[in-house]
Amino acid sequence: MDELGAALGPDQAEVGRIFREESGRCVAALIRLFGDIDIAEDAVQEAFAVALAKWPGDGLPPNPGGWLTTTARNRAIDRLRRESRGRELLREAAVLSSDEHDPGGAEETDTVEDDRLRLIFTCCHPALSTEAQVALTLRLLGGLSTRDVARSFLVAEQTMAVRLVRAKRKIKAARIPYRVPADHELPDRLRPVLTVVYLVYTAGLDGPAEPGLCPEAIRLARILATLMPDEPEVAGLLALLLLTESRRASRTRQDGTLVLLADQDRTRWDRALIAEGQGIVRSCISRNQPGPYQLQAAVNAVHADAPTAGQTEWPQILTLYDQLLAIAPTPVVALNRAIAVGEVYGPAAALALVEELDLDNYHRFHATRADLLRRVGRDGEAADAYHRAAEMAPTDAERDFLQRGGRAARGSQA
Amino acid sequence: MAKYLLSVHSVDGEVREPMTDEEMQQSFKQVMAFQEEMKSAGVWVFGGRLTEPATATVVRMSAGQVLTTDGPFAESREHLGGFYIIQAEDLDAALGWASRVTDLIGQPIEVRPFWDEPGA
Repeated sequence: MDELGAALGPDQAEVGRIFREESGRCVAALIRLFGDIDIAEDAVQEAFAVALAKWPGDGLPPNPGGWLTTTARNRAIDRLRRESRGRELLREAAVLSSDEHDPGGAEETDTVEDDRLRLIFTCCHPALSTEAQVALTLRLLGGLSTRDVARSFLVAEQTMAVRLVRAKRKIKAARIPYRVPADHELPDRLRPVLTVVYLVYTAGLDGPAEPGLCPEAIRLARILATLMPDEPEVAGLLALLLLTESRRASRTRQDGTLVLLADQDRTRWDRALIAEGQGIVRSCISRNQPGPYQLQAAVNAVHADAPTAGQTEWPQILTLYDQLLAIAPTPVVALNRAIAVGEVYGPAAALALVEELDLDNYHRFHATRADLLRRVGRDGEAADAYHRAAEMAPTDAERDFLQRGGRAARGSQA
Repeated sequence: MAKYLLSVHSVDGEVREPMTDEEMQQSFKQVMAFQEEMKSAGVWVFGGRLTEPATATVVRMSAGQVLTTDGPFAESREHLGGFYIIQAEDLDAALGWASRVTDLIGQPIEVRPFWDEPGA
C-alpha cells in the first residue's frame, strides 16, 4: 500500500504547492457560504491537514480545488453543528439554502471566480489601512501562513498576527461588505486593489527574504486581469509586473549586489515574459485609455525592446513620462522623467529639473542627483549625494551599490 | 442591518468662516431636508447636535456614593459636537450616508459600528 501510494500520490511539498494554488479560491467560496472569515480559514486549514494525510497515499483527487472546498465545507458544518451558536449561524448562512449547489461541482467555476474578486475587494477596502490590506490579501488570497506574511514585511510574527486579527475583527464588526463594487464605485475601489498587488510585488523584489512574493503578485494580477478584462489599468499592472519580472534574475549579482538596467546581461532577460508583457501593452495602446500602470508598463516595454542599453529609444520613453506626469503629477514621476531627459538632452538639463524637486527624504532622488553630478564632472558634490543616498537606502544591495558609487566619485575627484 | 454612530468631532479654537444669517438658514434647511431623507429611507435612528462641552456634568461612583462633578469627562481639545445613529445594510451604505453629512457640514465624520447584540 505504502509503495503503491508513493507511486500514486504527490509528496508533501507538492500537496503544499497545490494548496497554495487553491486556497484563495477555497477561502473565498467558504466566506460566501458561511459569511465568516475565521470559520472559512479554519475549515480550509483543516481540509489542508486532511489532504496532507490522504493525498500522498491515495493520489490526487480529479479536482483538488473542488475536493478541498467540499472537505472544508463539510468540516465547517460538522464543527458548527456541535455548538449552539454555530447551529444558529448555520440557519442564517447561505450554506443550507436550497438553491446552493455543491461547491465541488463543475458549474461552480464562475461563482468561485467571483468569490475571489469579492474577497480581494473586501481585503483592500479603503476602510482598512494599507498594511492591513496587504497582509489580508496575502493571507486570505495568497494562502501564505501568518509567519510567511510577517517575514515578508520584516515584522514579528506576533505583530502580524495581531494586525490580521484586528483587520478581520473590523471587517466583521463594521460589516465591510463581501461584494464586487458597482461600476460607478470601481475607479475608487480598484485603486487600492492595484496598489496592494503592486506592493506585494515590490516587497518581493526588494526583500530577498521572500522572493515568492513576486510570482504571487503576478498570480494575483493574472486573476484580476481574467476577472476584469475590461479594466485597462488591471491589464497595465499585469504587463508592468511581467516586464519587471523578466529582468528580476539579472537585477542582482551572485553576491546580492545590484546591477543597473544599463549594465544588465540582456541575454538573461526572460523573453517569454517580455513577449507576454509587450502583447498586453500593445492591446492597451490600441484601447487608448492610458493610466499610470499602463504607461509605466509601456516604458518597460521600450526598455525590453532595446538589444543594448545604448540602443534604448529614450525619446519614446520621455514621451511616455510626459504623459504620465500629466496624469500623475508626483515628484517621483518627475524624477523618472528627468532621468529620461538626461538621456535625451544630457545630464545638465536633467540636473536642472532634479534640483527643483522636493524629494529630500527619498534615496533615489539623491542617487539620481549623484549620478547626474558625476556626469557633469562635479565629483565632490556627487560623492556627498551618493553618501546621502546610501544612508537612506532601504536594502543592503542598494546601500552597497551607492557606497561604491560614492567611493568612485571621491576617487575621480582626487 | 447594523447600527452605526456617525459622529462629528470639533476641535476647540478651530475658527470656521463665520456664516451670514442667510447662509445659516440655508444650511439649517439643508440639514433638515437631509434628516427627512434619512427618515424616509428607513436609515434614521436618532441624532442631534450637542451643546458645548462646558455644559456637561459627570456622575461617578465614589466610595459607594454617587459623586456629581462639573465638566466633560475628559479635558481635551477635541470633543463630540453631535451625532447621528443610523441603521444600514453594511459599511459601504453607512459610508455613503456619512459622505453626505461631511459634504453638508464641512467637518470630518467618524463612522463606528455598534456592537452587534444577539437578538437585538
